[in-house]
Amino acid sequence: MERSLDLLNALVALANFVIVPAVAYGSQLALGALGVTLIYGILRFSNFAHGDTMAFGAMATILVTWWLQSLGVSLGPLPTALLALPFGIAATALLLLATDRMVYRFYREQKAAPVILVIVSMGIMFIMNGLVRFIIGVDDQRFADGARFLITARDFRDMTGLQEGLAIKATTVLTVVVAVIVVAALFWFLNKTRTGKSMRAFSDNEDLALLSGINPERVVAITWIIVAGLATIAGTLYGLDKSFKPFTYFQLLLPIFAAAIVGGLGNPVGAIAGGFLIAFSEVTITYAWKKIAGYVLPAWEPDGLVQLLSTDYKFAVSFVILIIVLLFRPTGLFRGKSV
Amino acid sequence: MTGGDYGSRGNKDASITNPREGATLTPSPGTGKASRKHEAYLIGDGMTGGYGRGGPDILHDCTIAVNEGEIAVIVGPNGAGKSTAMKAVFGMLNLREGSVRIGGEDITQLSPQDRVAKGMAFVPQTSNIFTSLTVEENLEMGAFLRRDDIRGTMEQIYGLFPILKDKRRQAAGELSGGQRQQVAVGRALMTQPKVLMLDEPTAGVSPIVMDELFDRIIEVARTGISILMVEQNARQALEIADKGYVLVQGANAYTDTGEALLADPEVRRSFLGG
Amino acid sequence: MKSLTSRDIAMFIGLVALVILTGMIQSWNVALGIVNMGLISAIMALGVNMQWGYAGLFNVGVMGFVALGGLGAVIVSMPPVGEAWSAGGGRIVAALAIGAAVIAAAVLVWSRMGKGTLRAVLMIALLVAGFFVYRAVFDPAVAAVEAVNPAISGNLGGLNFFPSAANTADFWVLVSWPVGAVLAAGAAWLVGKTALGLRSDYLAIATLGIAEIIIAMMKNEDWLARGVKNVIGVPRPVPYEISLQNDPGFVERVNGFGVDPVTASSIAVKLCYTGLFLAVLLGLLWLAQSALASPWGRMMRAIRDNEVSAEAMGKDVKGRHLQIFILGSAVCGLAGAMMTTLDGQLTPASYQPLRFTFLVWVMVIVGGSGNNFGAVLGGFLIWYLWVMVEPLGQLLIGGITAGMTDGYWLKEHLLESAAHMRLLTMGLILLLVLRFSPRGLIPER
Repeated sequence: MERSLDLLNALVALANFVIVPAVAYGSQLALGALGVTLIYGILRFSNFAHGDTMAFGAMATILVTWWLQSLGVSLGPLPTALLALPFGIAATALLLLATDRMVYRFYREQKAAPVILVIVSMGIMFIMNGLVRFIIGVDDQRFADGARFLITARDFRDMTGLQEGLAIKATTVLTVVVAVIVVAALFWFLNKTRTGKSMRAFSDNEDLALLSGINPERVVAITWIIVAGLATIAGTLYGLDKSFKPFTYFQLLLPIFAAAIVGGLGNPVGAIAGGFLIAFSEVTITYAWKKIAGYVLPAWEPDGLVQLLSTDYKFAVSFVILIIVLLFRPTGLFRGKSV
Repeated sequence: MTGGDYGSRGNKDASITNPREGATLTPSPGTGKASRKHEAYLIGDGMTGGYGRGGPDILHDCTIAVNEGEIAVIVGPNGAGKSTAMKAVFGMLNLREGSVRIGGEDITQLSPQDRVAKGMAFVPQTSNIFTSLTVEENLEMGAFLRRDDIRGTMEQIYGLFPILKDKRRQAAGELSGGQRQQVAVGRALMTQPKVLMLDEPTAGVSPIVMDELFDRIIEVARTGISILMVEQNARQALEIADKGYVLVQGANAYTDTGEALLADPEVRRSFLGG
Repeated sequence: MKSLTSRDIAMFIGLVALVILTGMIQSWNVALGIVNMGLISAIMALGVNMQWGYAGLFNVGVMGFVALGGLGAVIVSMPPVGEAWSAGGGRIVAALAIGAAVIAAAVLVWSRMGKGTLRAVLMIALLVAGFFVYRAVFDPAVAAVEAVNPAISGNLGGLNFFPSAANTADFWVLVSWPVGAVLAAGAAWLVGKTALGLRSDYLAIATLGIAEIIIAMMKNEDWLARGVKNVIGVPRPVPYEISLQNDPGFVERVNGFGVDPVTASSIAVKLCYTGLFLAVLLGLLWLAQSALASPWGRMMRAIRDNEVSAEAMGKDVKGRHLQIFILGSAVCGLAGAMMTTLDGQLTPASYQPLRFTFLVWVMVIVGGSGNNFGAVLGGFLIWYLWVMVEPLGQLLIGGITAGMTDGYWLKEHLLESAAHMRLLTMGLILLLVLRFSPRGLIPER
């Protein structure tokens, strides 16, 4: 009896410290990686400005959230940011479309090599980064309201009588629910609608798409709009779950790229799988397992934290997984299919 | 592409750039000088031009034409400019002289996409299907410009190529060479074109599949669609052709009915191997 | 290869004029400060230009190689901490040796054994067991080292066994620069071997990752270079201001010029650095130019322009790419070591990708990809702008907001945000150059 309780406690601790955070983080990464992979599939380059696009989208949402909050608008237990999200998406979409019109389109007309677009996206990255800092500053911003927890650790302990508590933040649940809805909608769009299919056709064979009468500029515009949606949602969810700080978004670039590449660039399913693989590995490897080890192996009393790597090395985890996958499957986990 | 102001400098980094080929079709800028030497339903009339702005001429006063319901075949030795002539008709070559007309309307200035809207359909020699899309989605994309109900046309194509109906949920890239050509032709037919242009449709397929494909092409022509085709297998192609063009070095060498060309001893000796 | 046109020379002269103008309007101290970092920036740009300009390799981990150079500078120029070495130095070295041995053994298993499950299982078992053994030796040793006088050291220190007296120039420091380059080259070899050896290149993401890992390591491994506690007081190869001010001969001479000795000492020190850096830059530039004109340079460009035919002619494309990647990274490492010496401190938290990776890219693109003189010009010019945009931005915003009443929120906000104009400007410059002068200010010839 004692033993099975121990195992149960270990399980709850695992859920609390590893599974729940990794699922939330994985959802955010997956949404980010989807944006990167869509641009890679359609426009043929990796967008270095994607982290800053997420920051811009989140910032726009935050500004509208503050405005709504000042008007006294509230969604009850749900964060007001949810209501502001459509405005944030619209603002980001406008910015991306304007960028495309003023910058990227010129290089398409010149038939520039994709690597030039990568350099161009660096320039956009500087500008967006500067823009976000200019408008909202570099500090931490809080904009979460509504219910904090779906269930607190104390409630869980009282309910179950276990030693370990399982805390589930409202934002975690929200992240997962929104991510599932967004991903389902995206896949429905890509696989079932005429426009979605034309995007897949374009990313498969541009010349043939042209010969079929598909308008490339329209495909590109729709891609930017979808990317704006994905980036804003990912950025806002990340901000709600953790906090909003422009620099952290820039740093998300590496895990997001890693997720997209591990999954197979250009492949949406791969982006999602990659996001969760990276998130779970990061959390698992940087988590201090001492507590759980104590439940599972009570006889073993480790003197350290039983942490494989300090959390500062979480980037190393994305990187090592990336290298391993590329060594054994150079085209990523899901190859063959594009957008 | 490595050179030019916006070249890749030889970079092939798969983590930042998609190795997929981008758009290669460059719409022709048109000639600015209309010429009218011959008449037909679709005609590339006295075409002279080459690739790129300053490229050397590949075609020299070359004329290719096809009438309603006819099959016209372009044959000739390697490097004679057969495919180039067809691309010129479709608007992918810088023409310096000559004009292209369909149904009497001058379309020399139109981009390839606009020519699709005018009732032309083109099946390139290679990468002529969307490999990652299903067979059915390939056909749907063929009909992208159409706003009406496409189910009837799709049934017609399944009637023409029954195997495609069985495989309609499969990714087109998983099919055999012959089946892929059927998908390619099917995709082009979905626009309900008036002219179907085929660039070496039988390249790389077995003789049995080739006969089968030619049968289907005759069937298509019987529905009133004009066929313009470049073929490597000159003898078989001329057998089904109403009209044959033998090109040599970008110019018309012989033009006649398929039958007459097959009977011409000169043509037989030079181009058909005796 | 033609070197410079009169237009190029005019641009360099213009740049010098800008610096002189800054010296006359603002102060010579500021101007020389810009020159010194400009020289270092030019060297970084030279390194990236070798990779991108000569060979089309996309390195977005410049920051990591620069930081490794800085680490090299610290490891060589700081005196060793004897106590720390006796507390756990030997054990740390042993642990690192164990780690290296485990990896070597794993590689050996992988390459020598036949394919199969056994090989994979054995290799994974070896790595896992090796990791725990390594940690078992490493962790207590690190704890012991970091416990030694943590307020001022807590690390092993460096290899400067005979440091010169306080406030005197220490020429041993000069040795640290090539060591920094070698460290960066070693990391580049590891990255390049992995990322360029795959079926297609995955260099960009690999460099992005390794740069973050290097910074994480430098922030985290306190035993090495004190992590975020920073290393300060790194010895210099030039005289100290304070000793100049105490030198009666110096004071007398500058008084003769009618200059305040404090300012003069600071300018003199900066000039010493300028001389050193200029010598290094000119040496590198000469080497890079001769390399580019040599058969080796022609081969590099032949590979870049047509890899397929170069390969068909028997050129070892992967080998050449690896070579140039290592060389370019070493140059970045050299610049990093020089920068740490100039700053006199190593602050891992100050390494930001925007400043140390992407800004260097702006320098290369603006200067002219593939042209060494372009890289130097770009490095200098962009650094000048990076420094000057901030005061100019303040001035501009000040002008815009002059009409607004004090305390108005928009005015406050704009004045506060003026500092961020610099990023916007850099992005704008990059895009404008790419659009209207895609080959850069001094194009490849």
